[in-house]
Amino acid sequence: MSKRSLAALALAAAAMGALCAGAQAQDTIKIGWAISKTGPFAAGAAVTTLPNYQVWVKDVNDAGGIKVGNKKMKIEVIEYDDRSNSEEMIKAVERLATQDKVDFILPPWSTGMNLAAAPIFNKLGYPQLAVTANTNKATEFTKRWPNLTFWLGLPSEIVDGIVETFAKMNKDGKIGKKVAMVAVADQFGIEQSTAAREGLKKAGFEIVYDKSYPFGSQDLQPVLKDAQAANPDVLLAFSYPPDTFALTDTAKVIGFNPKVFFVGVGTAFPGYKGKFQANAEGVMGIGGSDAALPGIKWYIQHHKEVIGREPDRWASPITYASLQVLQQAIERVGKIDRAAVIKEINTGSFDTIIGKVKLVDGQNKNIWAVGQWQGNDFFGVAPLNKAGAKPVIAKPAWQ
Amino acid sequence: MTLTLDILLSGLVLGGMYALIALGLTLQYGIARIINLSYGEFLIAAAFGALFLYTGMAVNPILGMIVVVPAAFVSNWLLYQVVLMPLVRRAKNQGMLEVDSILGTFGVLFVIQGVMLVTFGGSLQSYSYLSVPVYILGTTLALNRILALVFALIIGGVLYLFLTRTRYGTALRAVAVNPAAAQLTGIDIRAASALAFATGGAIVGAGGVLISMFLTFSAAMGVVFTMKALIVVIMGGIGNMLGALIAGVLLGISETAVARLVDPGLTIAVTYALFLGVLLWRPTGLFGRPAR
Repeated sequence: MSKRSLAALALAAAAMGALCAGAQAQDTIKIGWAISKTGPFAAGAAVTTLPNYQVWVKDVNDAGGIKVGNKKMKIEVIEYDDRSNSEEMIKAVERLATQDKVDFILPPWSTGMNLAAAPIFNKLGYPQLAVTANTNKATEFTKRWPNLTFWLGLPSEIVDGIVETFAKMNKDGKIGKKVAMVAVADQFGIEQSTAAREGLKKAGFEIVYDKSYPFGSQDLQPVLKDAQAANPDVLLAFSYPPDTFALTDTAKVIGFNPKVFFVGVGTAFPGYKGKFQANAEGVMGIGGSDAALPGIKWYIQHHKEVIGREPDRWASPITYASLQVLQQAIERVGKIDRAAVIKEINTGSFDTIIGKVKLVDGQNKNIWAVGQWQGNDFFGVAPLNKAGAKPVIAKPAWQ
Repeated sequence: MTLTLDILLSGLVLGGMYALIALGLTLQYGIARIINLSYGEFLIAAAFGALFLYTGMAVNPILGMIVVVPAAFVSNWLLYQVVLMPLVRRAKNQGMLEVDSILGTFGVLFVIQGVMLVTFGGSLQSYSYLSVPVYILGTTLALNRILALVFALIIGGVLYLFLTRTRYGTALRAVAVNPAAAQLTGIDIRAASALAFATGGAIVGAGGVLISMFLTFSAAMGVVFTMKALIVVIMGGIGNMLGALIAGVLLGISETAVARLVDPGLTIAVTYALFLGVLLWRPTGLFGRPAR
């Protein structure tokens, strides 16, 4: 490129910058996000995170905007694709804050991305509502980075819910003590299965099969055949969506019918019910929702109208609820003061579609650990003492 | 005994899928000399095609192949003529063509992936078709997976006969062995290569349709299949149909055996160990001829 054209380019860039600055008379609130629209994380982000951002922005703008002080400010969105690459994501977040000068930044998708983003969000002073992050170190992290909040509960809380559910079923004489456990060999699978192994043993269960399989594997017939040969009462799988589908499909084909069929991420997807229809009945998984709650009822219907399909029943409603919390916190503070908003998110009490939300140590405790497909919905069944928990039903054999 | 039989049959079915994925690439690489990194994207595109026909228009995937396979043939033919032909023309030797085609098709990969993302979105897709048990010699297998194996055998067999028994097939082999000399005997190399490349594309189209019946896929997943296909093709010997079939089945059986007898966590390790072993023992693959 010649010096002259370089100079022209610089001039054009400066002119564009000036134009943008001119347009930035604050009657809109700028909200940005960097999310995986391509690459391996795109599938997860496209189910749980991005649709909820879109629904929320539409809802806020349809209602005239967020009420800041005495004026209503509509949301202006700036979006980047992080290409499932944490370095790209960090660059984009930095760009959102320093060049686009957005007022708030919504978080990326997945545990790894959110943990990678935490230092930069903290440095820039933006609240980080890390909904799709799930780690046992949540308390340590929120102490280190007070702007960071967690929403899905700890892996250990999920395992507690699982053990509690199985123990109750055992006590009621519905199932025996034999558990077959399989897990995907990555951080999620290993953390969950380690915690489950301990918890189940403590509760007196006998683990008759305990193996992991490589990430991305969808050919799981060998795994299930050996699990089936061990004749367990429970199949407990910490799997990702493609393997969750493969495990269910294969179990059906080989006629593996344990009394409890528990599969991991993806069970709460509407696509699970869509694919397996009547065979989804009684299948358990992580997450769940209280479909009797008016907020959830409205939300599922509304999400379907806006996006064209139903939301998943684990992190989706919580993502939407976290955005409601952000909005209410901004409105209570009454100005674009990020430090004050962070404080309000951490200390305030909020009414959302999932009910009342009050963070403890920067963590949402209003969560479902275990859900079960019953009819057309994936209901929360544990923690057993949580309001709205449905009793567990017996899983029918595959059809 | 039952366990051995179970491993063999399950492994055969898994291997059939690997072979099915690899057959098209062995044509594209073996004859047209293009290392097509966008290969897996065509597989996913075909899978989306099948999904759309099945869920949108209630056309069953097997019938859907009547639409998808010719579409894959045509689009691959166009890809060769429009995008790859300039690379073929300017390449001074085979090594240069390989490097250029890797870079070129790497770009094509992102274009196709991007189009699919915009059209279908990034989420995982899955549907159920022929997911019914079949009992063979005391082993339970899924009908849709057996179908993939059967198609792999048919496609592999027909191609083998075509290449070894017909005049046109002989011409294609001549192009594969020595393009310069083939030209001297009056073979139109450009047409032959384009045909081989497009046929490879048609086969991956069929593979995509069959695989969509039992695997969950997303627009971003193509590269997984490209990798697997490359391993099978290189193991079997580049351009060798029977080699691809046997290498695929070998991988399937070894993975199943290790999963059942040792640990399912080692299936990927055994794939690469086998790959490495074959390359050390026979650098040109199981059935490859030594390079001159």
